[in-house]
Amino acid sequence: MDTMAVLKEFKPEKDNMLNILHAIQNNNPQNYLTTEDIKLVASYLNTTYSAVYGVVKYYSMFSVKPRGKYVIRVCKSPVCHMVSTKTIIDEIKNNIGIGIGETSNDLLFTLESSECLGHCAKAPVMMINDKVYKELDALKIKNIFQSIRMNEQNK
Amino acid sequence: MITEKRIALKNVGKYNVSDINEYLKIGGYKNVEKALRINPNEIIDLIIDAKLRGRGGAGFPTGLKNKFTNQAVCERCIQKFLVCNADEGEPGTFKDRIIMEQDPHALLEGMIIAAYAIGATKGYIYIRGEYTESVRMLRIAVQQASEKGFLGKNIFNSGFDFGIEIKLGAGSYLCGEELTLLESIEGKRGYPRIKPPFPAEKGLFGMPTLINNVETFSHLPYIIEYGAEHYRAMGTPNSPGTKIFTISGDVNKPGYYETTLGITLRQLIYDFGGGIKNNKNIKAVLLGGAAGTFVDESVLDTPMGYDTLKEKGAVLGSGAIMVLSEDRSVFDMAYSVLEFFKHESCGKCVPCRIGTTQLVRLMNEAKNNSGNRKEILNQLIYEADYMAKNSLCPLGQSPIMPLRSIKQFFENQF
Repeated sequence: MDTMAVLKEFKPEKDNMLNILHAIQNNNPQNYLTTEDIKLVASYLNTTYSAVYGVVKYYSMFSVKPRGKYVIRVCKSPVCHMVSTKTIIDEIKNNIGIGIGETSNDLLFTLESSECLGHCAKAPVMMINDKVYKELDALKIKNIFQSIRMNEQNK
Repeated sequence: MITEKRIALKNVGKYNVSDINEYLKIGGYKNVEKALRINPNEIIDLIIDAKLRGRGGAGFPTGLKNKFTNQAVCERCIQKFLVCNADEGEPGTFKDRIIMEQDPHALLEGMIIAAYAIGATKGYIYIRGEYTESVRMLRIAVQQASEKGFLGKNIFNSGFDFGIEIKLGAGSYLCGEELTLLESIEGKRGYPRIKPPFPAEKGLFGMPTLINNVETFSHLPYIIEYGAEHYRAMGTPNSPGTKIFTISGDVNKPGYYETTLGITLRQLIYDFGGGIKNNKNIKAVLLGGAAGTFVDESVLDTPMGYDTLKEKGAVLGSGAIMVLSEDRSVFDMAYSVLEFFKHESCGKCVPCRIGTTQLVRLMNEAKNNSGNRKEILNQLIYEADYMAKNSLCPLGQSPIMPLRSIKQFFENQF
């Protein structure tokens, strides 16, 4: 679906701004907002490019740079941090070869850190796109990425 | 054996969330029907009488907020709004997520009752973008409630109209602050507003607005059903009713537990939480999230309430209970908390923007120079106190709380 078609699903009202940006970003296989997207949103909501750009840059879930097909968000909030965020990030790096803020060369993964994801009773946790993975350890992480890779190869 | 008392979580696990018919079979929406036959002012009096306090963390009397919004008058006020704060981002807190994922209709019921009481015709639920499952369940619930006529025009033939829209956040802790949340709904950057004016007077799009937390709304159907006296009989005189506590960290049974206020931390940790892992001792408990307080064993037998904890230098906050066993480092947790504030400071006002960075810088200094830590703790408190006095919104006012509690309880372990 092109950006315009996504836009048309929403009324052109400013209180739809964040919902619209989410929808456009989710519609992009590379999980980001292009300059062209931002221009279209600005004209659709009858506001300026800078106003929309300012919003995009403020909220950490939006990106203006291409990201991997799978955006990984590792929770680094106090409880996860206490249990082992650092080990988890190292373990992910062992599996997919990228650190926080990086995108893999095959454009499959982007690794980010996140504030509390609200699953503290099952720390440490991470999200991959919409899905939450809880009580992580080295073996679980290995299996998660193995199964994603297998799915990708079978496509 | 201590058991839970569930109000906000009353229906959790009792119906298939994606089928409203199942919810109706267990008495769903009957309290809305009952409420819509009562005079709105009587509902507000009932909430005031029940002494319900905001469950988001601040503990402000909910009934008064309702009253202020109900009575708000201004020339250009063509509409009143109701907003549900579902931007649950306080570290260690996940109570609202459980309600939204497992009993979203209780929230909708509470919102309809509150909207009717204050005369709002449009409601918003602002949910953090990371809560994808909550968004999914609420969308289903709103759609099914609309199909049944519980949302929309002339609800239960009362002549009252009310609709709900779901708005997504996008990764900003600060948007959980009520005025910042309104800015965000309006499609702007999440910068806090100067208050007053308070939302009851000038809120969303400049209109009188009532903002309550998810858990707070979920108490309203119960209060309608059983009345104020029954509600007030639970909990403590100043903090009646129940509260959901989310216990995490070094306990055997981490999770969410709803129980009457007035319970002690010891009961929560040992009876509900199953005690400390591997039979270790408690070193510290971080109560109320990042914007909360570290306490030691001396607070274990204090009844949990908004005022009782305050007397001890602690806060109830969002109900987050993060338990640190004897092996953990309070310093390390404090570091994580202060980094969190640094990351989430929006940068609008200088004391917070520079202050949160300075606090992390001082922590790094302490890390590299352990001999001088006591002096650094004093410096941290000095800076955080300055921030608390000069920052616009609760974010800049928060770091002083964990820091002061460390000084009070853990100065020797810092």
